[in-house]
Amino acid sequence: MADWSSLFVEIALLALGIVILVVDPFLRRGEKRRSVLGWLTAGGLFVILGAHLGFGRASENPMLFGGMVSADGLTFWFKAFFLFAALISAILFAENEPLQQRAEAYLLLLVATLGMCLMAAATDLVMLYLAIETTSIPLYVLAGFLRDDDKSTEAGFKYLLFGAVISAILLYGLSLLFGLSGSTALYAQRPLFTEFNLLSFGVLLLILAGLAFKVAIFPFHFWAPDVYEGAPTPVAGFLSTASKAAGFAVLIRLFVTAFPALSSDWSLVLAILAALTMTVGNLVALTQKNVKRLLAYSSIAHAGYALLGLVAFSPLGLASLVFYLLVYLLTNLLAFGLVTVVGQATASDELHAYYGLSRRHAGLALALLVALLSLAGIPPFGGFAAKFFIFNAAVESGWVWLVIVGVLNSIVGLYYYLNVLKYVYLYRMEGEDEVRHPILLPRATTVALLVLIAGVLILGTLFAPWFDSALRLASALY
Amino acid sequence: MHFPVLSSVVFLPLVAALVILTYRPEWKKAIRWTALMTALLALGLSFGLYLTYDWSAGGYQFLEKYRWLPALGIYLYFGIDGMSAPLILLTGVVMTTGVMISWGIEERPREFFAFLFILASGVFGVFASLDLFMLFFFYEIAVFPMYLLIVIWGWVKTREYAAMKLTLYLFIGSVVALVGALVMYWSSGLHTFDLLALERAAFSPAFQKVWFLPVFMGFGVLGGIFPFHNWSPDGHVAAPTAVSMFHAGVLMKLGAFAALRVGIMLLPEGAKFWSPLIMALALVNIVYGAFIASVQTDFKYVIGFSSVSHMGLVLMGFATLSEDGLLGAGMQMFSHGVMTALFFAVVGMVYDRTHTRHIPDLGGLARTMPLAAVGFIIGGLVSMGMPGFSGFVAEFPIFRGIWQTDRWWMALIAVLSIVVTAAYILRVVGRVFFGPLPETFAGHLSPINTFDKIALVFLCLFMVGLGFFPSLMTPWVQSGVRHILALLGGA
Repeated sequence: MADWSSLFVEIALLALGIVILVVDPFLRRGEKRRSVLGWLTAGGLFVILGAHLGFGRASENPMLFGGMVSADGLTFWFKAFFLFAALISAILFAENEPLQQRAEAYLLLLVATLGMCLMAAATDLVMLYLAIETTSIPLYVLAGFLRDDDKSTEAGFKYLLFGAVISAILLYGLSLLFGLSGSTALYAQRPLFTEFNLLSFGVLLLILAGLAFKVAIFPFHFWAPDVYEGAPTPVAGFLSTASKAAGFAVLIRLFVTAFPALSSDWSLVLAILAALTMTVGNLVALTQKNVKRLLAYSSIAHAGYALLGLVAFSPLGLASLVFYLLVYLLTNLLAFGLVTVVGQATASDELHAYYGLSRRHAGLALALLVALLSLAGIPPFGGFAAKFFIFNAAVESGWVWLVIVGVLNSIVGLYYYLNVLKYVYLYRMEGEDEVRHPILLPRATTVALLVLIAGVLILGTLFAPWFDSALRLASALY
Repeated sequence: MHFPVLSSVVFLPLVAALVILTYRPEWKKAIRWTALMTALLALGLSFGLYLTYDWSAGGYQFLEKYRWLPALGIYLYFGIDGMSAPLILLTGVVMTTGVMISWGIEERPREFFAFLFILASGVFGVFASLDLFMLFFFYEIAVFPMYLLIVIWGWVKTREYAAMKLTLYLFIGSVVALVGALVMYWSSGLHTFDLLALERAAFSPAFQKVWFLPVFMGFGVLGGIFPFHNWSPDGHVAAPTAVSMFHAGVLMKLGAFAALRVGIMLLPEGAKFWSPLIMALALVNIVYGAFIASVQTDFKYVIGFSSVSHMGLVLMGFATLSEDGLLGAGMQMFSHGVMTALFFAVVGMVYDRTHTRHIPDLGGLARTMPLAAVGFIIGGLVSMGMPGFSGFVAEFPIFRGIWQTDRWWMALIAVLSIVVTAAYILRVVGRVFFGPLPETFAGHLSPINTFDKIALVFLCLFMVGLGFFPSLMTPWVQSGVRHILALLGGA
């Protein structure tokens, strides 16, 4: 018996997308159009998120629609993550010059979100692949959305090319699985993975490559800086948060719920990947002169930290990973939101555009301080608690060397985040007349940013309710 | 349920910082007065805590425990013992005098006082925390504002370099200690970050020997332990006056205190095993710091290296693991905090008026700022460990403590530092405050203002008062030392 309510979010997203498409032709270009499209999308997402949190719940029967999707706690949490990220992104879209008038942008955002929700839910190989493609294709288009901008076109094209190759590898892995087991149900593959053998290891490696691309794990991280730099900034923010979280959702599905027996064989592989990912991300970030590229490398590094939670292979590790992703989602959305605002005011994403920012808008500078210090893992912001819990879980499982790599990496991270703050607070604009170049904050964006700041602060100080529910989720899955 | 004094002291500066951030940048007067009132309130509360701490009962008092994350055994657990009570008072004193000294800051005072108070909250928090997670939480809060305070308001020539160096050194130290703390958490099997419970965890001696060094040295970085002391003189010199005062006066104690509380008190067997090494490193601190200070020509570098030398005495006192040594170290933390705050305040006053810290260019300043000169001389006498001043009360027991250990000969070398200290302090006093006033300065050096005078007198009161009446503080510290000795003996 199909339980349609478990697909409520997906259906509502689709309906919202159709509404946007229908309304679009009736709107003339201008201020009104922008506000209608933006508010419709953001408002719709807000309602869906509210309904999801209010009425949605983890189903008692986790396998639905013939085992195609599940509705367990993992699905529930990640759907909320994606909806929230989409909501914030929609608000940023609505006040971003090149995106705000274009109905396609909102539609693509909604479809990508729909794909992510299905990624988190999929328990069938075909469903999983379709979900990943439903997520990826709108994102390729969004990344290359600014057709007049060479960098954006390049970003979209690069993302598409890399994505297509990786997608083929992933599909190859999935087809091998089907060939070996004769079934497309994810949980039916379990017998293949009960003990170590080279075949299953190789197959899983192919699938892992596909997911590593989504999450930007070394050595599949190359696309991220170019794509983030070229893509419109709100899109980059969405890519670096929701898309990454979606990749993690599938990783958790594979390694925790579907094939728990894998942990002993794979923890070392994942540990090495985590160490390399954070080290490469952080070291390359040191030399960046463009904020979006810097945040891209920093987000690669953060994928490495988050992976520690998976490496731990324990309920505590999983809870820490989910908490980490939540904090990271809020923090990075905040950072990209600020980059969007500054980018609109200065028409540049280079670091020198940030000189004298604190004199141009003290509040904006303070918000950037919150975002960057949270990314660096400084209390009282969420990043500290998140890193602490992740490292704590890794130590519990005995990964002391990996934690040492992690904490040393966080020092490297601190260096480049502080450098940005130095430009913001210490350096002066050319001509030193910041007072005559104030930055105007669009109103809706301001509200979104304030919500994010409050979230980062709350997660960093009153973390108990959030971490406790993450723990409940984790122990339900194990 | 009594009034939660301790948590009020911890959060008061943080709340004030947030309030100040809501002011408009132009309201400079309101910002300054809010800052001063907050500081005075914090001082009053910390005085109250200090005086009402019942040292005859000893142990941890003013306990407050709130649920923070029970799933991991994390509590917001406040409490002070005889070791931390004087340090809470010290923080209140330095905070208040720091605000007074910074009265004249014209460049973005709003952000300055806000960051300074966030730092103060962090410092109070560490001294008052009885939970390991909470200790790290406040420790990091105390460290990061330093970067911004130095980089924005610091000395133009070296601030970027010094601020980054300082921050990276301190964070590397703290994360290394953090790894040690996490390992302790899991191997204790208690699933709690409660320091009181961890004190009784009885880790295996082998475990303690492995992890003592990372934890102690990690925190020791902030205490200025050789060979990781290098950030400290650079940081002190680059920082604006109030931040130097805070930094050398209170923050370095933070490192020493955390090294004591987490390193020695949780891993006593490790402390016993590594004590010779720590003593040797501290000895290098004491002697080498003093010699380097004596060849500096920059007024502020002299004080910076003298801090390295004096913090060496604190660490040496810890490492003796004897009653006298620990008592002296506890006293020295307070005495040095007040003394160095005064030194940096005077250096700041001199620099603000002459715009140079090059010692050969200065002279005769006792004529234009007599009170500053008197203050500096009193500080100098404390620094030399002259009887009748707080320095003697602190340093004498430390030397006695060294003498009681197997490495008594270290006392002979360490005492050498007193001679060197006397040499460089007298040289500075002679060159800067006496002799002829250079012609370039004659006539247009403004006298120091009222707030500066109040701050100087206030700091001097502590140094002289404790010198004559050591019993105003020793019983407090002794009650703390007894607890530490029990841990050392019982392990």
